Amino acid sequence: MFAIVVEQVLNGLLVGSYYIVLSLGLSLIFSLGGVVNLAHGAFYALGAYLAYEVERRLGFAGAILLSPIGVALVGVLIERWFLRRLYHEDPMLSLLFTFGLAMTAEQSLRLIWGTTGLPFAIPASLQGQLLLGDFIYSYYRLTVLAVTAATIFGCWALLHRTAFGMIVRAGTRDPEMVRAMGISLRPALSAVFALGVALAGLAGVMSAPLAGIQPAMGTEILTAAFVVVVIGGLGSFWGVVYAGLLVGVVRGITVVFYPPAAEASMYILMALILLVRPRGLMGEKFEKFE
Amino acid sequence: MDDHSRDQQKNRPAQPGRRDALKKSAALAAAAAAAQLGFPALVRAQADTLKLAHLTPRTGFLGQLGDYGFKAASLAVDEINAAGGLLGRKVELIAEDSVNPQTAVTKAQKLIERDKVVAIIGEINSASALAIGEQVARYKTTPFFNTGANSDALRGKNCNRLMFHIEAGNTMYTKTIGTWQKAENKIKGARWYMLTADYAFGHDLFRVSTKFLKENGGELLNNDMVPTNTQDYSAYILKIRQAKPDLVYINLAGVDQTTFLKQYKEYNLPYPLAGGVMDTIPFWGAGIDSISGHWQSLWYHGLDIPAAQAFTKRFSDKSGFPPDNQAWGDYVGVRIMAQSIAETKTTDAAKIVEYLEKGASFDILKARKGSFRAWDHSLLQEMYVVKVKDKARMKDKWDIFDIVRPVPGANESLELIQPTREENACTMA
Repeated sequence: MFAIVVEQVLNGLLVGSYYIVLSLGLSLIFSLGGVVNLAHGAFYALGAYLAYEVERRLGFAGAILLSPIGVALVGVLIERWFLRRLYHEDPMLSLLFTFGLAMTAEQSLRLIWGTTGLPFAIPASLQGQLLLGDFIYSYYRLTVLAVTAATIFGCWALLHRTAFGMIVRAGTRDPEMVRAMGISLRPALSAVFALGVALAGLAGVMSAPLAGIQPAMGTEILTAAFVVVVIGGLGSFWGVVYAGLLVGVVRGITVVFYPPAAEASMYILMALILLVRPRGLMGEKFEKFE
Repeated sequence: MDDHSRDQQKNRPAQPGRRDALKKSAALAAAAAAAQLGFPALVRAQADTLKLAHLTPRTGFLGQLGDYGFKAASLAVDEINAAGGLLGRKVELIAEDSVNPQTAVTKAQKLIERDKVVAIIGEINSASALAIGEQVARYKTTPFFNTGANSDALRGKNCNRLMFHIEAGNTMYTKTIGTWQKAENKIKGARWYMLTADYAFGHDLFRVSTKFLKENGGELLNNDMVPTNTQDYSAYILKIRQAKPDLVYINLAGVDQTTFLKQYKEYNLPYPLAGGVMDTIPFWGAGIDSISGHWQSLWYHGLDIPAAQAFTKRFSDKSGFPPDNQAWGDYVGVRIMAQSIAETKTTDAAKIVEYLEKGASFDILKARKGSFRAWDHSLLQEMYVVKVKDKARMKDKWDIFDIVRPVPGANESLELIQPTREENACTMA
């Protein structure tokens, strides 16, 4: 029994890593722009669909590099044309906008690529399993773990080791003070939105070989992404990382003991954590969210 | 609902029913008179078209299956019209989208009352099929051919005289794969690991499949109830790996089924795989790289039967892709209704039901002909065990199965895979 639980915990870390990439983008966009991006799932789906097109021409490595960039470009356009006008309005407006965008996007995916799911196989070079003692790992999932780790490190370095990151962090804390110091947040807002949706796109690419591609995939995953952000604590970088891992592990253990509650486990976890820490695991007191 | 509206609802069928009968007999009289006079061309001009309803989900998660069904039903109607129509009249297909059970009821009422269709063909969702079944039973003017809903209860507890089932029930799917497993000696003493979709459909299938397993000397090692829309099955697959079963049997459907298949293949476990139902479309969607195992099929376009091949060719020429089992169901549904009208020379529901219950046999594009069982209106028909094809031998992306064998075998009774009276009692009023 102990071995099974250990195995599920290790596997849960892998599953969780995949929530992290998606939730990190959601968290970034919310922290700086104050936008609850209900279309985050749509960008995730778009990432998978673009990957389908790129992979046929340039292979999986091409897809994992180019598809998030493609999603970021779409994100920049949407931010420029629509979202930018809504930053200073009632937050309800941007919420409604992204809600509408999510539905429009899902139907557009249906119109362009059809209602059928699209096949997407695990790339040949990443097929197979690694046996470590009694434990089994698929090479593909280990690759996902490596990409996630690199992504987390990259984002962390960007936010904590660059001038751009400093503006973003300052803007998250106190946008008025940043403006008072003569720094415009506009370019940072665009860049963060693009980065955030690119992360969603990346998560979409990584999920395609595991769960296939279908138009509703974004809607299904969105709630989970929000739960991870809430558990982690709004505006907290490491909070999201810990929360993603925690959700993965709790889900794995639930599957061992009571599978019907597997998908519900993350909500129970969220409720428990909010009871103890109302701002989430690492959430801090933020003037603008109170 | 208040008493007044309930009364209204109760009374509603009587009026249109009478009007309908009047109109039909008038049309028939006119047709008969014209035929006697020897003016067949006039008949068509005088009598209006004969309306057939296709009512099935066209949007939502079943929409894709429904679309195949619609294409096939239209093809059947076109063919009937090209051959001169029915009773000297052109056939018109009225297609409606039954998104959910509530909509299905409204649309069924509209089709029966306003359009006066001679039959309703279609449906995939069992709850909607139940709702339509209740409506046709109430009006008694229009038979309903269920071409895609699997629930056993439709043929059992909720059966009625106006409802006929071209689609096979859950028990038939289970017994088809089970009969083959029994023949291959894969059940007796075998330990099965099951995964079951945690809603009504999955539970129904789980009940039927465990019953079959235990009756035939197998053992249920474990069953995990899996929430719908699960994205990641690795945790379940690791459990299966620890349990070392003789067979993995999944009572999952749709996206859940193909996602599991994909990830099961990712881990390359040595335990063979089978499952409670199979629709070709999600298997096509998953792609040959992601699927494995032996499955049961209601109908597959690769069947080496001339009638099936001819249908596949006609359908492919028109749509650009081959028909799936849902397309087969709706095509055969229209064909069966057309033959019934042609043979009985009437559109009167009571006469058609009588004709069908007397065991009329139909070419259903399989090796053996099909006929409806009188006591529960289940179509007596053969099904097939198929095996996922070796990728190297694929002709095109739709060519994913090899046919292993029909079940029941050529010299076995077609009753073999049907539920018995004890298993699925049906008493028709």
